[in-house]
Amino acid sequence: MSTTDTSGRPAKRLSTSGTKRVLPGFGLSLGISLFFISLVLLLPITGLVIRAGGMGWEQFWFVVTDPRVVASYKVTALAALAASLFNCVFGLLMAWVLVRYEFPGKRFLDAIMDLPFALPTAVAGITLATLFSENGWYGQLLSQIGIEVAFTPLGIVIAMAFTSVPFVVRTVQPVLEELAPEDEEAAVSLGASDATVFRRILFPTLWPAIVTGGALSFARSLGEYGAVIFIAGNSPYVSEVISLMIFVRLEEYDFPAASAIAAVVMVTSLILLLVINVWQGRYLKRLNGG
Amino acid sequence: MSIEVQGINKFFDTFQALHDIDLTIPDGQLTALLGPSGSGKTTLLRIIAGLENPEQGRVLFNGRDVTQLHVRDRRVGFVFQHYALFRHMTVAQNVAFGLDVLPRKERPSKPEIRKRVADLLEMVQLDHLAGRYPVQLSGGQKQRIALARAMAMRPEILLLDEPFGALDAKVRKDLRRWLRNLHDELHFTSVFVTHDQEEALELSDQVVVMSNGRIEQMDSPLELYARPDSRFVFEFLGQVNVLSGKISEGTIRQGNAWVRLPDSCDNDDAQLYLRPHEVRLTQAPTEEAHLPFQIEAISVIGAEVRIELKPDGWACDELWEVGISHTEFNARRPQRGDRCYAVPEVGHLFCDHQAVPKTLDWSVAR
Repeated sequence: MSTTDTSGRPAKRLSTSGTKRVLPGFGLSLGISLFFISLVLLLPITGLVIRAGGMGWEQFWFVVTDPRVVASYKVTALAALAASLFNCVFGLLMAWVLVRYEFPGKRFLDAIMDLPFALPTAVAGITLATLFSENGWYGQLLSQIGIEVAFTPLGIVIAMAFTSVPFVVRTVQPVLEELAPEDEEAAVSLGASDATVFRRILFPTLWPAIVTGGALSFARSLGEYGAVIFIAGNSPYVSEVISLMIFVRLEEYDFPAASAIAAVVMVTSLILLLVINVWQGRYLKRLNGG
Repeated sequence: MSIEVQGINKFFDTFQALHDIDLTIPDGQLTALLGPSGSGKTTLLRIIAGLENPEQGRVLFNGRDVTQLHVRDRRVGFVFQHYALFRHMTVAQNVAFGLDVLPRKERPSKPEIRKRVADLLEMVQLDHLAGRYPVQLSGGQKQRIALARAMAMRPEILLLDEPFGALDAKVRKDLRRWLRNLHDELHFTSVFVTHDQEEALELSDQVVVMSNGRIEQMDSPLELYARPDSRFVFEFLGQVNVLSGKISEGTIRQGNAWVRLPDSCDNDDAQLYLRPHEVRLTQAPTEEAHLPFQIEAISVIGAEVRIELKPDGWACDELWEVGISHTEFNARRPQRGDRCYAVPEVGHLFCDHQAVPKTLDWSVAR
């Protein structure tokens, strides 16, 4: 935070100095932003690491490799993967419909796309659990063809998919809106079929946005608690998610163990987002230069 | 391959973009569609390509009706104003695209495609850029790659939508010349859209001037410039000087300005149109013309000196412009504010009650 405007030099000097920024308020706004980020993000994360760090490496390893916890990693990761893959496809479709076609109710549909974010996750969880339970609307129909959703890993997938679909829609939508129709027209005038245009022209352009949306969706699903907990059934080794394991440790007043598991989730999410960002940065650089 | 357009009408909602367009473009010619923005020239080009569908009318290639044929089956090369290169593909992949997407039966083998791409890149003199991505190219390079891509399918018709519109003046000129050479070498039929009259006149065999969705005139560049059919065409093709007045006794008059007409004319309201190079400047009026002016501005522009003139004792909507040579300028050294007289040499007379303008030549009468 150092610009000449805090140095108190006379105005005349300032206007002639080369480092003077045109946009005002850089120091103040950056300062507040950093302070806030420290307060709401860095501080709790540091606390978490310190808590988990207090327990020693061996004990840490013991806690995070407990068979029941490991099973919950698997369940959570697989369910989150399935949910985010589903969201990549469905979210792309939604974004496509919202951008490419005109139909009555389009704006309404666009608005309710954000509902999963606005809805308290517990509300979503209870609603989904009710709908998919054996005598719920969907559950009844599905049980007739032998599919059980509530209180199985499939239920976890559905809850995760529901709460994180806006990530994909909202990252793909603006990219799709900015696509120039000329690219598609050029491809068609060169003889490409509609399927080829999508595969070779549209998809490569949308790909970074889809991956980002998918990664956000995945990261969010890893930590989803409220929506999942009501529909998951929570039977050990089968349908327990990580966030539940953390909660269980907390209930046992085993704070270091809870922190240790939480740290594993956090590091995984961070690494994932970092990798995606680096990869995307490279891909976009090839497209847009820089 | 010749292109024929018959009775095309095109609407966008309630707005009629094209009115009854009839047009024949002979095989192997380079034709310009020239007009101001909103004149329908790009729409017409897109209809020929199949990117738009007309509400009425037909498009024929070599006498074959292609109106219902999809773009992808018309086999025309189309070049877009903003290049429309595929950003995620290298230059070579861009050029190869048309060949790559052919059905397996018709698709050449991989080495053959590579050979074709290399030849095309050589044709546009950019073979050293095969591995680059579009973002690493300059505007002129991008447009040449776009052209190579369109030519990969060996189309017999090449359509270009404002191909030089986004380029700077120097590159524009080079590329124009280069396209002309390429056209002369390969003899495809090409149509390009432009709003730049100089580009149209320089590059094409035939110019189609359009305004408000109609064809105003279609002619060779020389004919078009020498004998425009309408006031619009005359004004659109370059700077004009106008004297509007009344004709009586073979003289057109307004205020204290008059010009004696060399040919007999009916009494009528009329406008006399003169190009900057069709006017001489003198110190005193002649017996043919009395057009008093005051010099408003003098600008030395390249090969000639442009003099802007304000009418003195009569009126016109826009200032007159006369171009004189540097030699003439240096001999007389006119100053701003000087009084002078214009003498027409060749002019075009548009009478309100006559559809066709009359070309006047004072030097013949003299």
